[in-house]
Amino acid sequence: MKVYLDNAATTRLDPRVLARMKPYFSDKYENASSIHLPGQERYLELIKAKESIAKLVGGEARGVVFTSSATEANNMIIRGVAEANRTEKKNKIIISEIEHPCVREAANVLKREGFEVVYLKPDSEGIINSEELEKNIDSRTILVSVMMVNNEIGTINDIKSLAAIAHKHGAYFHTDAVQAVPYLRIDVEKMGIDFLSLSAHKFNGPKGLGIAYLNRKIKISPLIVGGGQEEGLRSGTYNTPGIIGAAFALELAYKERASYLKRVKGLRDYFWQRLKTEISDLKVNGSLKKRVEANLNVMFYSIEGEAILIDLSRQGISVSTGSACSATDLRSSYVLRAIGLDKNYLNSNIRFSLGRYNTKKEIDYTIACLKKTVKRLRSFSPVSAKMKL
Amino acid sequence: MDNFLKPKNVGKIANPDGYAQIGNMVCGDQLDFFLKVEKGKVKDVKFLSFGCASNIATASVLTEKVKGMTIEEAKKYPWKKVVEDLGGLPTQKIHCSIMAVEGLQKAIKNYEEHDVKPKVKTKPKTKLKVKVKAKPVVKKKTVNKKKTAK
Repeated sequence: MKVYLDNAATTRLDPRVLARMKPYFSDKYENASSIHLPGQERYLELIKAKESIAKLVGGEARGVVFTSSATEANNMIIRGVAEANRTEKKNKIIISEIEHPCVREAANVLKREGFEVVYLKPDSEGIINSEELEKNIDSRTILVSVMMVNNEIGTINDIKSLAAIAHKHGAYFHTDAVQAVPYLRIDVEKMGIDFLSLSAHKFNGPKGLGIAYLNRKIKISPLIVGGGQEEGLRSGTYNTPGIIGAAFALELAYKERASYLKRVKGLRDYFWQRLKTEISDLKVNGSLKKRVEANLNVMFYSIEGEAILIDLSRQGISVSTGSACSATDLRSSYVLRAIGLDKNYLNSNIRFSLGRYNTKKEIDYTIACLKKTVKRLRSFSPVSAKMKL
Repeated sequence: MDNFLKPKNVGKIANPDGYAQIGNMVCGDQLDFFLKVEKGKVKDVKFLSFGCASNIATASVLTEKVKGMTIEEAKKYPWKKVVEDLGGLPTQKIHCSIMAVEGLQKAIKNYEEHDVKPKVKTKPKTKLKVKVKAKPVVKKKTVNKKKTAK
């Protein structure tokens, strides 16, 4: 049986979205910047897509800019806003310790350019608290960037409160909301969000399409320059099929949100209930309450994450891990380290991220396989399986 | 893959002649080696692992190869050969093969060291002499001190 439990990494393209995109490859392929009639038709369709997206995030169409990925959107926003708003008195950026690598690396670029970068620590539940931001923010801060939902442990931050604090101190607020769709309702106006990043392939849309939502009143230096698309903010031929796909995928995600959340929460909770009853010595990483309904990140004591992953993969199950062995730089997950996970637990974690197409049968199969895997690996582990609590 | 799914030589040996632990959980890689030696040859070797698939596979292949070898041969088994025996390893996993070889060598060293004490009579004299000769170099000062104290 093939079971895909790595939806936080990427999701399957919804067949309905694929159908919507197809004509844009074979028939409606004209460049949306061209002056001829078909080109202009493509352009109007693009504008419609922006209006649809803007409505779903509570903003205006002019604020929607398409990129190649959320990584690009994060780079564009963090580096572009910092660079355009730097003054003698303002040269500080605040991000959280648990941001996605693209945000961390963008901040590193700024560090090399002489900006001061401060990192907010999460609490042991994986949440970035208001007090933590208050402690670190001042009038020198240009931008605060805190993700809406963490990709590894699925924990949810109180963006509205954090944004309010940023504004109180004269700073702008950005949030990477890639993992928030459709778990949270996004309203940039009500939440006080100046900049937002989204990624289509995380909500059953196509890969290669990111969305940067920008507060157009704020100065930003473009990252990618060239032909002047997106009013000069992001040059490059519009990826029309990707744009149409992304807009439709976002629409479907929020339209079907209620039924999806109910179903996926049921599955996730059932999964966790069976796991903790049928396998000993394990625990959940991060808050189970302040967490999106599809995420489960579990520590399996005395056995190694990558070994579990490969063993599961062999049985047809796809998951993710944060162990040192599985990382290209051979370091364990900085998110798990940041939440203060006991060092003896750092290499024993598996992230299960459910999605639109998972079924109860798949969960049952996964439990059966996990029991076999854990038993096998624990049988030759040098560490006793009894977790010291 | 087979060496990960059906690893050879997993387990413990009660009363091993040599034992070593290399790595730890915090690193994400730990191997415990157990040796049984008879007439200067590796009679049996087992291992326990906390580690990734490569960690398990390298230890499996290495222990299988050194069974029956003399201690001297087993000591010298190169990590590059372990990689070869496995049919290659990705670059970032090479350290697993190095760790397996170092772990085995540590277990062998443990056997050689504790073998010098009670079982001295059964060991060839040359070995003992080598050990004794090595000591004075390190303990020069203490030897002198003892003399003056007396």
